[in-house]
Amino acid sequence: MIVTSNLSKTYNKNRVLHIESLDIPKGQSFGLVGNNGAGKTTYFSLLLDLIQPTTGHIKNNTILVHESEDWKPFTSSFIDESFLIGYLTPEEYFYFIGELRGQNRADVDNLLNQFEDFFHGEILKQKKYLRDLSKGNQKKAGIVAALIGNPEVIILDEPFANLDPTTQIRLKAIIKDLAETKGVTVLISSHDLMHVTDVCERIVVLEKGKIVKDLVTSEATLKELETHFSGAMAN
Amino acid sequence: MIKHFLNLEWKQFFRSASFGKGLALKILMVFLALYFMVTFLAIGVALYPILKKAFPEDDPFIIVNNFIFYWIIADLLIRFFFQKLPVMTVKPLLTLPIKRSKVINYVLGKSSLSFFNFLPLFAIIPFGIVLLFNGYNSIEVLIWMLLLLLITQIINFLNFIVESLTAESEVSFLPLILVSGSLFALNYFEVVSFSYGLSNAIIATIKQPILMVVPMTLLAVLYWCNYKLLKSKLYLDNSLQSKTQEVKTSEMEWTRRFGDVAPFMQLDLKLIWRNKRPRSSVFILVIGLLYGLFFYPNPIYKDMAFMYGFIGVFVTGIFLINFGQFIPAWDSGYYKLLMSQNIKYQDYLRSKYVLMAMSVVILFVLSIPYVYFGWKILLAHFAAAIYNIGVNTHVILFAGSFNRKKIDLNQRAAFNYQGTGAVQWLLGIPLMLLPIGIFSIFHFLINFEAGIASLVLCGILGIVFHQKLMVFITSKYLDSKHKMISAFSQDN
Repeated sequence: MIVTSNLSKTYNKNRVLHIESLDIPKGQSFGLVGNNGAGKTTYFSLLLDLIQPTTGHIKNNTILVHESEDWKPFTSSFIDESFLIGYLTPEEYFYFIGELRGQNRADVDNLLNQFEDFFHGEILKQKKYLRDLSKGNQKKAGIVAALIGNPEVIILDEPFANLDPTTQIRLKAIIKDLAETKGVTVLISSHDLMHVTDVCERIVVLEKGKIVKDLVTSEATLKELETHFSGAMAN
Repeated sequence: MIKHFLNLEWKQFFRSASFGKGLALKILMVFLALYFMVTFLAIGVALYPILKKAFPEDDPFIIVNNFIFYWIIADLLIRFFFQKLPVMTVKPLLTLPIKRSKVINYVLGKSSLSFFNFLPLFAIIPFGIVLLFNGYNSIEVLIWMLLLLLITQIINFLNFIVESLTAESEVSFLPLILVSGSLFALNYFEVVSFSYGLSNAIIATIKQPILMVVPMTLLAVLYWCNYKLLKSKLYLDNSLQSKTQEVKTSEMEWTRRFGDVAPFMQLDLKLIWRNKRPRSSVFILVIGLLYGLFFYPNPIYKDMAFMYGFIGVFVTGIFLINFGQFIPAWDSGYYKLLMSQNIKYQDYLRSKYVLMAMSVVILFVLSIPYVYFGWKILLAHFAAAIYNIGVNTHVILFAGSFNRKKIDLNQRAAFNYQGTGAVQWLLGIPLMLLPIGIFSIFHFLINFEAGIASLVLCGILGIVFHQKLMVFITSKYLDSKHKMISAFSQDN
């Protein structure tokens, strides 16, 4: 589904990302881990054409991301709070996104109903603007908005950060369900090794912009990751 | 401690992300400052001889004192719009072992060294010296100069109190204008003569230096008030706990008839109505609409028909100019979202176009009463409206593709210059001067009707080629997409 080849991004001679090749098949739940500055957000930004690659390219469903915009209808994402429109209420925001993705109100309402317990009664019908919600609740709204319109690729940057434990567990169930039963390709990044190993079938470790590990998740993966990162600490 | 504060500010200035970009504006400000300094210096030196010549019977010193009241009012107004309390990034300091009072005293102390306080000295000191040369009592002159220095400081701290009291509302400047206007009127129509009262008080103080205690106490009280105000604001819960507004939603079904553009139009309308800064552009509409009243009743402009074109463009285009100059910076807060969403750029831009074109039509209709001042005015407004719809909308959208400054929607509305860059300064030329030029040329070469016709023709051409122009403009936006994303995600 997503083919990356010879991709690199350089800021002032400082190469922050260099991926020779990375192939993410359809329906895979894909996890990206790495320390700060490893290049996770840079990769996602390149995937969304928010920044331009220095060399190479990414193909999303055979569409060259930095040349055509045809990947947009089936790709959705939540990277940070700048994906929210602060002066809308959550409902208005969902309907707006829905409209951009060709969904009518009933469709959106239908989807939102499935997330009632995820929202925990703190998002909908609160008569509050998104900018007045807490960080965690903003994140919930942003993540759910990324699920509107049956996207085939969903990109979530640090989805577990700022969420309370209950919501983290619910979110894990949602992501698993998307990849396993609906065939959605889910890309997430996280600092939390436990969550990633719980959710993702495959985990790639980035270090200083390069892929240093590419693992198929198994029983041993968490241990391996922990050893890797404590090793990185020792170095 | 002050050394640390100064060091922090120095770094903040030179390391800010927009340092290079803002430099041109800063240089302009320096030139402006120099200009004012020289002007004030010239006034200070020349005032005495000029007054002596113009009013040989009166004492120039008394005349100047009579004017101090007006100076105070004017100074207060100017400061209100242009002087801001020095800003300090205070949050990181709160948890460090620094006394709050130190931070406050530093901020207030810095404000009293503001350029606004030095500027009057450039006039006061040379005037005082001239007085000395003309044989005034040297002690009295010195006391007078000291007194005026105190007055500038009093104005300085009074201004911050006024500002902080009115900062919350969009129309914050109205009460101040009302109060100072009525003070001025009371004085002007000699109901209460503040200017003579003040003048007498000043002269009394010069004769009886002990009276200096009065302005000194006043200054101390004002400083203390400022201190209290700032202290109450120095707690985090003020900045963290945002006031949650009760939401009023409306469906805005009528926008549906614009088809694909509808979601963006709803978004734009909500943007305007729910955020302080764009909302203020709605209030400016009223001022813009009344702008013609400054000119039309005045017989001087009766024969200057080319002014009609200018005022027409301004009156019918005030919203267009005000709102349009910051496209797409209004959406800078969530620009990444728009760019990664499934949107057609052209629809996004067309929604702005429709909004601006509608505003022009509405403003034209509202400006019809100007017909009272003559049919020609109505005709000129009509032509200007067509020109605005056909040409200026496209010009302003095109200029928007050069916009690289983000706007924080929640900031104070009136007289906020955030997001203003070279684009906004240059934009005035094609937007205002071009139509005036076209109109004047045809007006002088042929006649008034030809001027009108040329504006209408330009406008119609723009409307006819609307689709083509939009395709071109859209391509410009697409070209600068990545630059905009990176610029909008930087803090100023």
